[in-house]
Formats: sequence, C-alpha cells, structure tokens
Amino acid sequence: MNLVDVLLAGATLGGLYALVAMGLTLQYGVARIMNLSYGEFLIAPAFLAYVLVVQHGASPLAVLVLALPLGFALQWAVYQLLLTPLVRRTGAGPQLEVDSILATFGLLFVVQGVMLVAFGGNYHSYGYLSVPVQVLGSTVAANRLLVLLVALGLGAGLYLLLTRTRIGTVVRAVAVAPRFAPLVGIDVRRTAALAFGLGGALVAACGVLVSMFLPFSATMGTMFAMKALIVVIMGGVGNLMGCLLAGLLLGFAETLVASFVDPGLTLAVNYALFLLVLLLRPAGLFGRAAR
Amino acid sequence: MSRRTWAAWGAGAAVFAALALLPRWIGSDYLLSLAISVLMYGVLASAWALFSGPTRYVSLATVAFFGVGAYTTAVLGEVLPWAGVLAAALALGVAMALVVGLATLRLSGVYFVIFSFGLAELVKQLVTWWEVNVTQEIGRYVFVDITQQDIYWQLLALLALVLALRALIDRTRLGLALRVIGEDETVAVHVGIDTTVAKVLLFTLSAAFMTLAGAVMAPRWTYIDPSIAFAPVISFQTLIMALLGGAGALLGPLLGAVPLVLLFELLSAHFPNHFSILLGGVFMVIVYLVPRGLIGLWRRRSRP
Amino acid sequence: MSAYSKRTWLRRAAAAAALALCAPLAPAQEAPKSVRIGWAIAKTGPNAGGTATTVTPNYQMWVKEINAAGGLMLKAHGRRVPIEVVEYDDRSSSEEAVRATERLMTQDKVDFVLPPWGTANNLAVGPTYEKHGYPLLAVNSITDKAPQLVKRWKHAFFFLGTGAQYAQALIGYLDEARKAGRIGDRIAMVHIADGFGVDLASAARKAAGQHGFTLAYDKSYPVGTQDMTPILNEVKGRDADVFIAFSYPPDTMLITDQAQVLGFNPKVMFTGVGTQFPMYKKKFGAAAEGVMGPGGVDFDSPAIQDYFKRHQAASGQEPDRFASTVQYAALQVLQQAIERVGKVDRAAVTQEIRTGRFDTILGPVQLDNQMFTNLWWVGQWQNGEFYGIAPSSKPGAKPALLPKPAWKN
Repeated sequence: MNLVDVLLAGATLGGLYALVAMGLTLQYGVARIMNLSYGEFLIAPAFLAYVLVVQHGASPLAVLVLALPLGFALQWAVYQLLLTPLVRRTGAGPQLEVDSILATFGLLFVVQGVMLVAFGGNYHSYGYLSVPVQVLGSTVAANRLLVLLVALGLGAGLYLLLTRTRIGTVVRAVAVAPRFAPLVGIDVRRTAALAFGLGGALVAACGVLVSMFLPFSATMGTMFAMKALIVVIMGGVGNLMGCLLAGLLLGFAETLVASFVDPGLTLAVNYALFLLVLLLRPAGLFGRAAR
Repeated sequence: MSRRTWAAWGAGAAVFAALALLPRWIGSDYLLSLAISVLMYGVLASAWALFSGPTRYVSLATVAFFGVGAYTTAVLGEVLPWAGVLAAALALGVAMALVVGLATLRLSGVYFVIFSFGLAELVKQLVTWWEVNVTQEIGRYVFVDITQQDIYWQLLALLALVLALRALIDRTRLGLALRVIGEDETVAVHVGIDTTVAKVLLFTLSAAFMTLAGAVMAPRWTYIDPSIAFAPVISFQTLIMALLGGAGALLGPLLGAVPLVLLFELLSAHFPNHFSILLGGVFMVIVYLVPRGLIGLWRRRSRP
Repeated sequence: MSAYSKRTWLRRAAAAAALALCAPLAPAQEAPKSVRIGWAIAKTGPNAGGTATTVTPNYQMWVKEINAAGGLMLKAHGRRVPIEVVEYDDRSSSEEAVRATERLMTQDKVDFVLPPWGTANNLAVGPTYEKHGYPLLAVNSITDKAPQLVKRWKHAFFFLGTGAQYAQALIGYLDEARKAGRIGDRIAMVHIADGFGVDLASAARKAAGQHGFTLAYDKSYPVGTQDMTPILNEVKGRDADVFIAFSYPPDTMLITDQAQVLGFNPKVMFTGVGTQFPMYKKKFGAAAEGVMGPGGVDFDSPAIQDYFKRHQAASGQEPDRFASTVQYAALQVLQQAIERVGKVDRAAVTQEIRTGRFDTILGPVQLDNQMFTNLWWVGQWQNGEFYGIAPSSKPGAKPALLPKPAWKN
C-alpha cells in the first residue's frame, strides 16, 4: 500500500474525528458543560437526513444546510432550559462539571429512548456521493473527502471567527476566564448559550454528513461521544485548531497502525495515545485556550 | 471506642447476619437474582465511594477492574480451585491499580474522569487483541460449579468488608488525610500529607473490591467475552448510584444502589419499550432535585 | 392459499376428524385460558439491530397468525387456546437476559420462553432454561461448543450450526472452484474481533491449510471500526482471488461500500452477517450481484416465497436470508411439538422436539443430537435474491456466479 493511499485515508478519517469533536470542544471549552448526550444529537440529525432523503427524496446537501440552524436552536434551547439551572446552582464552579455529566447522561437516555421508539434498534443506511474521486493518484470516496473539506473549512472559518471578530473574542474570554469576563461587561450566560448552540450546529452538520456513508442506529451515539471526548481532551479543551490537529493525528495514527502493524490494534492505539497525551500534557497537546 | 460506636458496629453485624439468612426465605430464583444484583452494585458503589468519596476524584474505571476479575474467572475457572481463582483475580487487580494509580493520580478534575474511562476501554482493547491473536479464543465458557446462593454470600461478605474497612479508615489518620485531600489538595500537600501514597493506597483498596466482585459474578453468565466483561454501563451505573446516595457518607452508596437497582428492574419489567426514556427522566429528576444525594437530603432535614 | 401448506391442512383435518370421533370418550379437562409465551429480547443496545431484523418480526408474526386461527390446538382439551405474550427487553446484556428469563419462568410462570438474539445471550440463559426445564430453541447463536453444550443442557437445541461448519463448507466449496481452475490458491481474510469472527476465522484458517490454500492476508479489526479503507487497500495489493470478511452488519455495509469505491474486484467476495439483510439489498441493489455470505434461501420454493410475502405484509420489512427462515422454521417446530403433545407439558414437548420430524418452510426438519444441520452454509446474491449455493448437493442449490461481476462505478 503506497504512502499517498495511507495519507489520504488517514486525512479523511482524521477529518471525520475532528469534525465530530469540534462541536464538543466549543460546548465544553466555553460553556464548561461535559455534554454526554452529544452523540445522541449527532445521531438524531442522521435520522432526520435518512427520513428526508429516503422517504421524501430530498437532497442530503439541502438537509445539511437545514441542519445547521436546527442544531443550533435545539442545543441553545437545551442550554437555556436544562443547563442554566445547574449553572446557577453551582456558580459555574467545578461542581458544574460533575452535575452536567449527570444531567446530560440523563438527557442521553431520554433522546436515545425517543429515537428507539421512533425508529427501532435497526441499522439505517443510505448512500450519497459514494463515488470514487482520484486525488494524487489515489482513490477516495467523495463523501469522506467532503467530510475532510468541511472539517478544514469549518475549522478555519471558526478560527477566524474566534480570533478576528469581536464576538469571537468575547467567546474566547469566557472560555479562558469565565470568572473575570463579567468584569469587562461580558454576559457569560448568553455567550455560553451561544457557544453551546454553535456546538449544536456543528454536531448536526456532522450527523448529516456521517449519515451519507456510515450505517447508523439509535444506540451508536455513545461511541461518537466518546471519540469526540478523546479528540477534545487531546487537542486541548476549547481549542478549535487543537481539535482539528488532534483529530487528524488520531486519524493518521489509526490508519498507519491498520496498514503497517495490525488493524486489530487501531482502537488500542487510539486509547494508548490518548492516555499518553493525558499523562504527559494534561492540558492537551495545544493547551487550553480557544485559539 | 465510645458506646455509640459499639452499638453501631453491633447493629451492623446483626443486619448482615439477617441478610445472610435471607436466601433461605426467598423461594424464587428471580428474587435471589435481584438480591444479587443489589449486592453487586452495593459492593461496587461502596468500593467506588471508598476512594472517590473522600478524595472527590470521580472515577469511571470501575469496569476495568470488574472486567479483569470476571475475565480471570473465565480463564482460570476450570484450572484452579475457587480460592485460587479469587486470589489470582485479587493479585491482578491490585497490580493493575498500583500501576495505574502511581502513573495517573497526578491528574485532577475532569481529566481523571476521562482518563479512567479511557483506561477501561484500553484494557478491553488489549484483552481483545490478546485473545484474538495469541490465544485465538475470544469467548470463554464459564462452567464453574457454584450456586447462586454462594454468589450471594460472597457478595454479602465483600459488602460487609468494604463497609467495615471504610468505617475503620475514617477513624484513622489516613481517613483524616483523605478528607483534607478532598477539601483542598494544595493545603494537604502543604500540611505535609503524602498525598500520592494516600491516594494510591485507597485507589488500590477500592480496585481490589471491584475486581473480586467481578470474579464472583462471572459464573452467572456462562459465556464471557471482553465486551461483556468490560461493559461501560457498569461504570456509569456505579457512578450514578454512588452519587445519588451520597458518596461522602458510609451508607450513602447503598442508599443509592438499592433504590436504583429496584427502579431499573421495575422499569424493565413494566415499561420494556420505554425503559430508556423513563430512566433518563429519573436521572434528570435526581440531578435537579437531589443534588447532594439522598444522604444530603436526610442531613439537611435533620438539621434544625 | 393461506398460511398453511396443503399438507398441513390435510393433517389438521384428519386430526380434527379423529378428535371428533374420540370426543365422547375423552375426559373433560379444564383448558387453560391462554398459552403464555414469554420472551426477553434486545429492544435496546448493540443487539437491537439484529433482533429487529431477524427475531421480532418472526415472533410477532408467528403469534399473530396462530391467534388469528383461534390459537394453539390443544387436543387434550379439545379446543384451540390463544397465545398470550409477556415480553421484556434484555438490553443486550447477559445479566439482564438471565434475570429477565428468570422473571419469566419463576414470577410470570409462562408456559414457554423464546430466546434472544446473539450467541452470548443465548449461552447466558442456557443454564436457566435447563434448571427450570424449558426447551431452548437457540436459533440466533453460532457456537463451536454446541456439541459439548448439548451434553450439559438436555433442553437446548441449536438451529444455526457451528462456526466451523460454515468455514469448512466455504473453504471446501472454494476448493472445488480451484480444482475446476476458476480461482487461484490465495485467500485474503479479515474478521471482526468478536466471538463470531474469531470462531469462523480460526476454522477457516485450519481448513485453508488442509486444502492447500495460502492466506495472503489474515488480520482482525475491532468492533466499531469506521473505516475499512486501509484494510481494503492492503488486501488489494496482495493479489488474492478470494476475499473473505467475517463481519457484522455495520462493517459488512462499510466493506461493500468502500470496496465499490476503491474498485476492489476479487473473483470471490464473501462478507459476513448483514450481507443477507434487507438493508443490504436496499442499499446496494444490483451492485450486490455476486457477493457471497453465510446462509441463503431456496427462493424457488413456494413455501419460502409465501413466507416472504407474509413477513413483508406483517412487519413491513423483508426477512433476512440467513437466520430469519431458520427462526421461523424453529417456531413452527415448537408449535407442532406443542400441538402433537396436545397440552402444556414442557417435558413432553422437549422430548418431541428432540425426536420428532416436523414440516416447515425449510422442508422436513429433524434434529440430530439436538442440533439442526440441514442448513445453507454459503449463499450468493444472484438476480436480486440471495440463493443458497453450498452445500451444492442440497436440493435447490444454485451454481455459483464466478467470478463476481465487477462493480460498475
């Protein structure tokens, strides 16, 4: 297997991991919410895409565009209704993290339960853009390439948003020093809700993209949430660029191991890498700061 | 020891003696099964709170140790006598806990939570890889000759031990040290407490009980493979139960384990199609209305 | 024609006539209000997908059709008794499956219990069935230990064979093709790192060695792998005519999809569980032509065609072409055994299942040492249907389409 094949496969897989994680890094980094129900909010848009595409003949790209505001609104509402009471109660201190784990854990079961009742436990799958694309002499699936491009695009776009605009600076301030942000007139709650909603938009887009090539079922959310968590921690919580790079790193590592060592060790290497980073650089490879 | 303490110990002993006689009165396998489940989570939650209660380190590594115990039984169950199997499981659990503890207890806060979760998954992947490539036999059949009543009594003994141990530690300097660590670790270090030793010791003790619980439970399932032995849901449920009951108090985890196990059973039996939704609903009610655990509720009420 | 084949109707008519003649002589026995059948199956968790495809539609359709005819015919009471269902969710967990089964047997005291999906849970509940004397018709369970298990569990019946049987049949079939000069002697094999994958891969490895095949690639991948491209790229470069993947539904879909995109065209492509699912047919359609997998159906048989129609009508989805037909046949066995015994007598019913000869959609079924072995080991998608091709001597076997037609990209 030649090097271009490996690099391309690693990049597309890494792009997938990065995209899955970007929403969570915003939610966790800015709003300080460890959202365990994140995976369910990735699978839900996938089901939406399935229903609209297979039963109503819509174009998945149209669903993708639709998913962004829907995802934003949904997660923004979740923050305002369910998480704000916890924030108020714990004063946004370390207890918030524990409480948010428990609350979102409960939310995970509720959302999963609703999907199970609606769609059953079956796998669902449809194909879109499952066509080969030649890149540098190597073949890759168009839909996976799209994921990589969207990840890079969104990553770069959000990075610019966070560093070049006023609202972005506000978000970064809240991420870095939530206790002092009010001193400069920042409404922390509103910003946190905004970031949480933005994370929701990202995860919804990811869900629609993923539904194009991965068979999914109502119970697969947890797996995505765990993958996202690993990438988020590795890249540095709240650090979008770090998230992108960590996702790519994991994708490359997995592909390299699958090609040259043993595909059976891919997940073991994932976790080993993750644990290693956590031991040596607990703040993540690129530190905590929404850069 | 004061008279009140003697009375407390006496009462505890009496309760356990009564519980030991319970299987003779329960006619049905199903109720015994339920009792076993309550005891298992009671042991796991109490062992979890042994470490996580005073130190406030939230660990999701429960199933890493539980799984090691279960797998040891699966592999050695027909090779060694039962006592030997338990001893082997204990040794493995303690060894793993020491390695993990020494390497990682420098992490704090949510990083430790995530790390402990990653640990469980890593162990599962490694065991899977070993089974697939080295022994080439991934599912293990457990045909140990042990009755459900034996399992019940062993779990009961483990529960008595873990509670007794925690009560004892609370009264010693180690217990004081742990409470200081839990309140403010920086202060603990400055006061001269060897936080690493304290934490590792307690982590290892906690892990030992979890490993034994896994080893004892394995014969219930006939067939064990890594995804059964290392199922993440065990870590999550242990966490929820301990937090619901109140991890800081001795009997707190039990106060969480008993109602939750029964609740799961009730929901499973009567609402099989809506189990997930109702379970999630219950969790959320707990988080919003009972934040410091049931023990917290009780304490607040008993204060004037 | 309705649900029952002509032969069954004749038998029932004869039985009814005989009963009518005996009626004045039979003592009046108090008939039960219903025959209570329980099951604890995976509505949630990783097993939910397989359960929803193979188990739930069959169980529900079986009950519905019996009750539509009035119920099970219990000749000891001289009348039909409807089935009442008690169902639980085993949440894909062994512990929960065991407890729910105990609940069914000791609290709900149902008359018969139907098992869950998946080898692990079928094995987990085995001791419970044995202890309480309930017959266990284990269909969705492939275990190499079946011959030893039936010695321990006198009430357990295994309907889907052992991993070794599938692997040996596949390699043996490939050996014939090689001797006829249609494929070379290099095989690339991958398997999922789970009981099913490991069992079949081990057996295939041994059989390949015995038949003189070379394993050009022999690796496993973890459950939950989301990208098979690295593996497929590796295999592409190994110059093997045969690609075997002992996989599960999500990876089966991924492998097929990614092989198509990569333009990977081995002469023989064999994927695991999921190849025979209606979801596979829906997604790949005509592109699936020539893909092989475990299982298969004799789709030319009128009984099978009728079963497919009824299944589609009852549950809105097609059955799978692997365990669904066997599952339904096992239910027919249970029904006929109960009706032959004529009353709810688990010991007698178990004995009847063990020794009797039954009429099912798969033809006559008779268990050999508590196991059913007259199975399709290998099937292949041909003209939009997954026909059984091995054993080639089995009636209804179709010749293989070799080489597999190339993907049209």
